[in-house]
Amino acid sequence: MPGKLKAKIVAGRHLPVMDRASDLTDAFVEVKFGNTTFKTDVYPKSLNPQWNSEWFKFEVDDEDLQDEPLQITVLDHDTYSANDAIGKVYIDIDPLLYSEAASVISGWFPIYDTIHGIRGEINVLVKVELFNDLNRFRQSSCGVKFFCTTSIPKGYRAAIVHGFVEELVVNEDPEYQWIDRIRTPRASNEARQRLIFLMSGELQRKIGLKVLEMGGNAVVGYLQCFDLEGESGLVVRAIGTACTLEKLSSGSGTHTHPNTAPASNACNSPSKDGKEPVFGEDLPSSSGPSTPFRALPTSSSSPPPFSPSKPCSRQSSSSDTDLSLTPKTGMGSGSMGKDAGPLKTLLRQQTQTALEQREFPFFTLTSFPSGFLLHVGGVVSARSVKLLDRIHNPDEPETRDAWWEEIRQEIKSHAKALGCHAVVGYSESTSICEEVCILSASGTAAILNPRYMREGCLDLGGSDQRFEDPSPSSCGFCHIPYDELNMPFPAQLTYCFHCRRQKVPDVLFTTIDLPSDAAIAGKGCFIQARLCRLKKKGQGEANATAISNQLPFMEYELHTQLMNKLKLRSMNALFGLSIQISVGENMLLGLASATGVYLTALPAPGGIQIAGKTPGDLNTEQHILNIQKRINDTIAKNKEFYEVNPPDLTEEVVGSPIPEPRLRSRLFRSHSESSDELSELDLSHGKKDAFVLEVDDTDAVEDIQSLLTDASPPKGFYSCNTETMPGIYNWTSALQMFTSVRVLRLSNANLSNQALNKVFTDLCENLLKSFYFKLRSMIPCCLSHLVFSVAVPEEDLIQVAVTAVAMTFDKDQTQDKPAEKPITKGCSEAEDQLQFSLELCTDSSSINSQSSSKNSGVPESSHLSTRAASVDYGSFADRCSTWLELLRLKAHTIRRGSVKTSRRTQSLAHSVSSLEHSSPLTDGRSRSLRSSRSFGGSSVSVVKMTPLSFLPGTRIVKYVGIINMFFIRETTSLREEGGVSGFLHSFVAEVFAMVRAHVAALGGNAVVSYSMKDCVLMENPNKNQCQCLINVSGDAVIYIRETDQEVTGSTANIRLSCTSSADGAT
Amino acid sequence: MAVELDVFVGNTIIMSEEVYQLWLDGYTVNDAVKVRMEGGVLDEFDAKADVVLSDTMDQYRTFQMCERLLHSPTKLANQLLFQIPPHRQATLIERYYAFDDVFVREVLGKKLSKGTKKDLDDISAKTGVMLKSCRRQFDNFKRVFKVVEELKGPLVENIRQHFLLSDKLARDYAAIVFFANNRFETGKRKLQYLTFQDLAFCAGQLINNWTVGAVDNMVEDMDVDLDKEFLQELKELKVLITDKDLLDQHKSLVCTALRGKTKAFNEMEANFKNLSRGLVNIATKLTNTKDVRDFFIDLVEKFIEPCRSDHWTAADMKLYLTHYTNSAHILDTFKHQVVWDRYMGVIKSCIFKMYHD
Repeated sequence: MPGKLKAKIVAGRHLPVMDRASDLTDAFVEVKFGNTTFKTDVYPKSLNPQWNSEWFKFEVDDEDLQDEPLQITVLDHDTYSANDAIGKVYIDIDPLLYSEAASVISGWFPIYDTIHGIRGEINVLVKVELFNDLNRFRQSSCGVKFFCTTSIPKGYRAAIVHGFVEELVVNEDPEYQWIDRIRTPRASNEARQRLIFLMSGELQRKIGLKVLEMGGNAVVGYLQCFDLEGESGLVVRAIGTACTLEKLSSGSGTHTHPNTAPASNACNSPSKDGKEPVFGEDLPSSSGPSTPFRALPTSSSSPPPFSPSKPCSRQSSSSDTDLSLTPKTGMGSGSMGKDAGPLKTLLRQQTQTALEQREFPFFTLTSFPSGFLLHVGGVVSARSVKLLDRIHNPDEPETRDAWWEEIRQEIKSHAKALGCHAVVGYSESTSICEEVCILSASGTAAILNPRYMREGCLDLGGSDQRFEDPSPSSCGFCHIPYDELNMPFPAQLTYCFHCRRQKVPDVLFTTIDLPSDAAIAGKGCFIQARLCRLKKKGQGEANATAISNQLPFMEYELHTQLMNKLKLRSMNALFGLSIQISVGENMLLGLASATGVYLTALPAPGGIQIAGKTPGDLNTEQHILNIQKRINDTIAKNKEFYEVNPPDLTEEVVGSPIPEPRLRSRLFRSHSESSDELSELDLSHGKKDAFVLEVDDTDAVEDIQSLLTDASPPKGFYSCNTETMPGIYNWTSALQMFTSVRVLRLSNANLSNQALNKVFTDLCENLLKSFYFKLRSMIPCCLSHLVFSVAVPEEDLIQVAVTAVAMTFDKDQTQDKPAEKPITKGCSEAEDQLQFSLELCTDSSSINSQSSSKNSGVPESSHLSTRAASVDYGSFADRCSTWLELLRLKAHTIRRGSVKTSRRTQSLAHSVSSLEHSSPLTDGRSRSLRSSRSFGGSSVSVVKMTPLSFLPGTRIVKYVGIINMFFIRETTSLREEGGVSGFLHSFVAEVFAMVRAHVAALGGNAVVSYSMKDCVLMENPNKNQCQCLINVSGDAVIYIRETDQEVTGSTANIRLSCTSSADGAT
Repeated sequence: MAVELDVFVGNTIIMSEEVYQLWLDGYTVNDAVKVRMEGGVLDEFDAKADVVLSDTMDQYRTFQMCERLLHSPTKLANQLLFQIPPHRQATLIERYYAFDDVFVREVLGKKLSKGTKKDLDDISAKTGVMLKSCRRQFDNFKRVFKVVEELKGPLVENIRQHFLLSDKLARDYAAIVFFANNRFETGKRKLQYLTFQDLAFCAGQLINNWTVGAVDNMVEDMDVDLDKEFLQELKELKVLITDKDLLDQHKSLVCTALRGKTKAFNEMEANFKNLSRGLVNIATKLTNTKDVRDFFIDLVEKFIEPCRSDHWTAADMKLYLTHYTNSAHILDTFKHQVVWDRYMGVIKSCIFKMYHD
């Protein structure tokens, strides 16, 4: 009996009228967990019932605690007929299961009905007491923290990054069960919602178990997806990166100074090639036997190009590394100092082995602690087309597992082909149409710093960090990881324009965020390649084959488009690249989004040249000249707009093939795509020059036209799809997260590919334009983390859903960015380590006082407020206790729940005293925290939402739990609800509202890393019906404003020093 | 290539006050787009009609969803569906409850019933306010009326608390409710020259001075109804015109005070008895509901029009009424000073307000 779940139903408000005669409702509540159900009394004739129930106690296994949601159903009592359901609330109690997150869930939840939407609100209190600590981790994985954030969460330090975890769970879809024919849509929707809740709980628990096995305590970059496979079932799958996270506890000790970031190019030394027997096995371009031959000479012949000063510096710095490093890993330390090469080979081998022990050296993270990422090879992706069949045995989801296994193996081999031992920024996705399913995976091949991989490397002291050549981290990641003479694909290499020591490719594509210390010129830019291809309708095997035959061509074209658009903006690198291919009955959609950047380490991009097929024709030539002029103008204009003014490169680098000014660069093939059966595709255009666009037919003309029609954002607007906008650092705090969905019906059945492309491109472009227009009041502003997802819900329908955040920035300061950057970064890191966790919301406190006075006339509100406040006081104390815990010795093993009452009073006393020490502002804030949460008639506290992992101008002080919610909404009165748009508009608003309510109930005031994973819309206007499924996720956090923190800074510091001493004592 | 679905939802409500006003004014989406395009502010953004249309649609939908909440503004503050910053909430409410003076002038004093609602299209045609907007305004009046009708305590305060309106707007609504409750006749041609603000001011005077709440806040009753006792007491004022001596005495006092101070003295002297009779008769008849309704028309017919035909200036009017009121205090046989003051105080300020072209 490892856990006791307690729930209390406090009150309801704004309930719908259920009894037409009296215009009132006789409401009561059923509280269900697992198979146990409790009921409250009926509160007769009220739309604002005050149940104030007893505590309902569920004694349950912790396994169930992880799997099951708490299910609260509000009903209207009816004496003569069946009770009518008003709606439900599902509460995921997972955040209560680990000690650092929320300790109580308390607040107003929207009562949700899948047919009617939100119908009033209910105030609920939920607590969990876990006991019997010894058995705590046996079957369950309570205590493993989950983060959607794809970087190391703020306030934590990754002691070890264990690596990839994945799991999938399958079940039959209730919507397709026989019983669905006889039950109501509501019952069916609810069965589905509940099942998915259960499945994702189970999935999370299973992943947690894997993490515990690996010795980790957290999953970062947790990505959970649903595959609605229709008849063949329902798959919930998740991937993530297992880590051992440590709360940052001291002000400066562990935090890395950005400028002395660990060296990154050590592994880049030529000697690395010595051990590359596996290299290129899967790739036709580099034949197996030749590899070792080529590798050997490289190691001896490469050094000359280096300047003599370099080995020296490396030697001196690596010497103390050897002392500190090698004993731990048991490597011989003989090579110390003398020759850097062998040492690095050694290091590399360590990493290699560390990583090779793992099945998949994948990381779902997209940004890393500085020094983690050494080199980036390029994007690796794999796709596979599968035919779905019924999942016969839900307990053994082998087929699906095998499919993904296959794809991951492919990715792994691609990464190897690029000379990399790891894949970062890894993600997986599917697109399903009827029985055909495209599985896709992509990531960025990379070489990682070994020290994060091993256990025993936790103490990353300052000296340890400098164990390698402190070559500029601003360019290290650009240096090629593969063997120059044995390149996996044709590419133009030059010496790094930054350090002039290592080779860099001419273009770099990645799926990760721009490393924070990368040197760039100008600003970033959102780049999108769009493609629409018709496909014959087909069935079964033939259909799948047809699709998989199309895929390579689509990838090729998307790639070419990306490349052209990149050149057009005179940039040379793409970050956050994601290529989505969606399948419909009669078409395939491809959408590639990325953020273009000019990396100063890479050569300047060449222009684009137009060539006519038939020279001599005067008309054509004139036309070509015109186009060429327009292209050149556009490039110049873009250069100005994005402020791309790279430092002059007059100085020639010896020995490097500096590109001619108008180099017709070759397409760098960073992809190693494959479709179904590992069919390789060479994107390098053979010997042909990629950037001579030939105008040989109308298609090409239109291609060029479309290239030029991409409108740049209006003045004052920037956009990107990465976490941060390259080149903008001075964010101000205003932000607006939004979701936009557009569905286009293709009226003309016989469209050509060309026309279809145009339609699709216009759809995306118009969406962007409309964002700019809507958000114009925020100028200067940047649309960050623009995530497009496309689908073909029906024949002739194209659906595009976008989630992004608009953030304002201070225009005046944009000029002095690069110098400013490391400093701000340093600050934020230091601040991250503060443990001061008080929610504050100056706005809300004022609102509270205001509205409570307004409501003074209503008799029940005052009654409620006192009670609610007292209840909440406890929760406040509880929360205080969580940070007070940090003040105590870690060895102090008072577990949550065991001696709860006594501890609470104790910690309360502490917290009060500590509050007295702090400024009056803090005190007031804490009061507002207390009152803002379950104040009967008071206003709602503001919850910010953002798809990013941070909130500008604020500091995240605590992660209170992962949000992972799934909703279904259906209507049989579509017209009355304002058509599909009206229906979806209110549904999306409702989803936001429910997310906010859950976050607020956890004590949080923001959601970071928010994303809308799925938005599946099925309409049937003829029947006046529509159904929609939405899946969202994110991390609930408590943030405080930077400015406020200055006030409390002194107190926080005192507390910090206490904490660190406590740590020391452990 | 039809756009089947197009929505844009922000975590914090996204609205432009301009579009909100267009929505409130009853513009259809297409007309609103036209107005916005013609507005020209969008030129700098190179916004195409479809972009503006999409934006307008989104906002219209948002407003429609909010409308339910706006019907009970206190809900707006603690609803969860939309995240609306407090200042936006205030704007939404204030604008929603704002009304057109021309429109309200038409329905002022009318019964807020279905019958009146049916006439809205005529009113709409007459005033140029769009029918949709008329309906909203009318429904607002009705809603406020219904809520405060049964409430105790000061009317303005009740409205302000229940509908979170600004003081000014709450006062206007109090006037509307007061007019509707007492069914004052305001539609006669002779009253057409009066603006809503004139009448609202008068209503304020009546509410503050002639209702039960005006004398005693503790009283259970509220200030939608006139103080019945007071109306009864007004009958006593009749002596001022029935008692010949008193009337003469009053006249001579007033005339003495006015002599030489105004050009219209002769007319004043000549008309004194008529005017005084008019005012006192109004007072004594107020016990009849029917005469209460005619209060304003009576004021105009019995007092304002005669004065106007004699070309009194506003200053003349002020002078006359001040002395007329004050002189009554000196009449030794006149015992109803308190009632007189309570009556004349309101009459004075009402007439001052109403005495214009």
